[in-house]
Amino acid sequence: MAEEYAIEMRNITKRFPGIVANDNITLQLKKGEIHALLGENGAGKSTLMSVLFGLYQAEEGSIYKDGKEVHIKDPNDANDLGIGMVHQHFKLVQCFTVLDNIILGVETTKNGILQKDEAKKKIMELSDKYGLSVDPDAKIEDITVGMQQRTEILKMLYRENDILIFDEPTAVLTPGEIDELMEIMKGLAKEGKSILFISHKLNEIMAVADRCTVLRRGKYIGTVEIEKTTKEELSKMMVGRDVKFEVDKKPAEIGETILSVRDMTVASKLHKNNAVKNVSFDVHAGEVLCIAGIDGNGQTELVYGLTGLEPVVSGNINLMGRDITKASIRERSTSGMSHIPEDRQKHGLVLDYSLAYNLILQRYFGDEFSTKGGFLKQGSIKAYADRLIEKYDVRSGRGADTLVRSMSGGNQQKAIIARELDKNPQLLIAVQPTRGLDVGAIEYIHSQLIAQRDAGHAVLLVSLELEEVFSVSDRILVMYEGEIVGEFDPKTTTREELGLYMSGAKRKEVAA
Amino acid sequence: MNTEKEKRTILANDGVQSFLTALLCIVIGLFVGFIVLLIISPQGAWEGIITILKNYFTYPSGPAKMKYFGNTLVKMAPLLLCALSIQFCYKAGLFNIGAAGQYVAGAGASLYGALALGLPWYVDVILAIVAGLVFGGIVGILKAYANVNEVISGIMLNWIGLYTVNMLLTGVKETASPYTVTLASTNESALLPNMGLDKLFTNNKYVTIAIPLAIIVAIVIQIILKKTVFGYELQATGYNKDAAKYSGMKEKKNIILTLMIGGALAGLGASFLYLTGYEQWSVTQSSVPVMGFNGIAATFLGGLDPIGTIFASYFIQHITSGGSYLDKAVYPSQVSDLISAIIIYLCGFVLFFKTVFNKRLNAKKGGEKA
Repeated sequence: MAEEYAIEMRNITKRFPGIVANDNITLQLKKGEIHALLGENGAGKSTLMSVLFGLYQAEEGSIYKDGKEVHIKDPNDANDLGIGMVHQHFKLVQCFTVLDNIILGVETTKNGILQKDEAKKKIMELSDKYGLSVDPDAKIEDITVGMQQRTEILKMLYRENDILIFDEPTAVLTPGEIDELMEIMKGLAKEGKSILFISHKLNEIMAVADRCTVLRRGKYIGTVEIEKTTKEELSKMMVGRDVKFEVDKKPAEIGETILSVRDMTVASKLHKNNAVKNVSFDVHAGEVLCIAGIDGNGQTELVYGLTGLEPVVSGNINLMGRDITKASIRERSTSGMSHIPEDRQKHGLVLDYSLAYNLILQRYFGDEFSTKGGFLKQGSIKAYADRLIEKYDVRSGRGADTLVRSMSGGNQQKAIIARELDKNPQLLIAVQPTRGLDVGAIEYIHSQLIAQRDAGHAVLLVSLELEEVFSVSDRILVMYEGEIVGEFDPKTTTREELGLYMSGAKRKEVAA
Repeated sequence: MNTEKEKRTILANDGVQSFLTALLCIVIGLFVGFIVLLIISPQGAWEGIITILKNYFTYPSGPAKMKYFGNTLVKMAPLLLCALSIQFCYKAGLFNIGAAGQYVAGAGASLYGALALGLPWYVDVILAIVAGLVFGGIVGILKAYANVNEVISGIMLNWIGLYTVNMLLTGVKETASPYTVTLASTNESALLPNMGLDKLFTNNKYVTIAIPLAIIVAIVIQIILKKTVFGYELQATGYNKDAAKYSGMKEKKNIILTLMIGGALAGLGASFLYLTGYEQWSVTQSSVPVMGFNGIAATFLGGLDPIGTIFASYFIQHITSGGSYLDKAVYPSQVSDLISAIIIYLCGFVLFFKTVFNKRLNAKKGGEKA
């Protein structure tokens, strides 16, 4: 009866302690279609996909492949059924090469000896065919987030899966790469592969998907044909109210210089050259300065240098008139710098600590939370955590006691933002703060950044997404190969112009 | 329905899981031990395993039971401290296998202070702490500044420690045996005070303040880990050292400090045994005392919880002591060590069983209503 569906998930219910992650959800994926799964953070998209992929077992409901009921107990079962997935948080072995990661689990061997050459050839072919450029011999820990994701996609293509799940695949790609990925996805669908595309980026869904299923707070809202719907309708289904796509902001009132960087050079961990070369710029009170650029052009190292995570090779950093070039991370943090890190799980959070313990990560040593004798004030910690959870609307199963590992990506990010903003910093450094988040959360984070600006604080935003760059910033610097190659006013420049600088086709001298 | 749900939440509780899995490990350990006894000699196997479990209950009279119960406790104290040493470092993401060497250093320092220098017990205890601290500190400095794996440098130091101590104590050994001279005959002031505890254990003179002190140390460690800023930093580093660095914690300082404290605990543990006079050091021994390694099993059996480790240490020592009562006519003397070793070995599997247990619990949840 349901022969036309490659995968059908019927009435799936999955509960976690204190939360119903999926409540009676039905999802039907036709053969050869691109089916978008849309929903806010915590709406249950990832959970539903984990059920399909065998990472979780649903309490109720059943799964059909080509009309036949199947039981998927672990990812191996999913693999046998030809289901492949690119996860939001990559599943890669950090100290293995790209090649090793791709063939891991499906290695070709001859008399027990690995046959890597063949695999490499196949990977290079796939990589050429789909324009997913990777260096097969580079180690995962040495490559950018963008390239790691391309590795994940190749992994799935290498296994010749016919049901492909993309969990927020475009979050870290550049605009050009996103277009390419869209083409790849369309090409794959044309070849008869069925694609589940998890996203909350409405533009992308409108551009690439055939149909779209919307979830909200664990519940099934509906499935619509993309041709017969609009962006506004989708967002209303997803959030349950009308969403503003533009960020409201009044003109910036530029104040004094807060951060002043002169000739800063930061070494690269990947190669012998410097990742950041002689960079100079100022950030003023009351402005959002955005560093735009394609992933891997030195933005990460620039931030490491500013925040003290890596030492600078040369140059000067001045925060409110104080030379902090050699200052420790803690000194920078306590003298008015907040940092929303690029990788929230690596740097931003201790996943096995409770939410409360994570919320005090930058201030546990102060009088507010510790006694002179070195004891933690549990009562104050709890009260403080409860206040932040309320104020910043951080949602979790068990409040302040929730293990952060069990929280959704969006709420993890909200926890970091709550922690960093509540320090009331003079300078906020936010690196891809909306990466992987949904429109509701993005809207919220953007308004928080603007609120910081309007309160007379300086905001340094590092972003890979042009939409964000244009809607939030007051001034744009473009970084290319470790240098600042252009300064722009978002009101007078265009995406195309910026794109030329980001790709290195044009450059101009910038005086700090 | 409701009770079913409640039962699950109890089963999902971390402490309860630790306890149940520890119990499971013990049962499996005993079972495997029993099988080995069966293979060696089927007739005496059942009696043998009961003997091991009975330990001092073998003795018919109450006073004798108490006396030998005392002996088990005497050896439990150093084991507990070794376990705490390993646990403390483990919480910071460091595997302090060097606890065995730090224990040796503590033994050497306290005995040298007591026998060669004639110092009173409280000075000897401090010497033991300092020696362990230095040994731990070396591992910590190597780890923090040269990124030398603490397992490698720890194991190397175990042997350096052993032969250094053998050499150091050769000057105070008995002429006719490889053992160091007794404290009672050389320097009575070096014996740990009994504070009347010996009376409780049928005048077992080896029962000293070491036993209550060891338990107090366990409680102090628990408080440090759960309630203090240092414990917060230490465990944050253990869980995610990138996040610890991001928040400005002094990673290097914490690594060194953690291993120093770990070393001090193991060193203190050694003084808690050798300053009771219960054992003498053999200067010809060519293997590192097993106490530091048994500490690994004790800390895992204790569910990585200082209070749980008190009980785990007692159990492991109970089994080890019980082994010595095996009928030597039926089983060669090594068998008792073998059986205790097997049981201890399986005690280390707590984390493994816990993972399996959790998986089963989740699978059951999923399968029940499908």
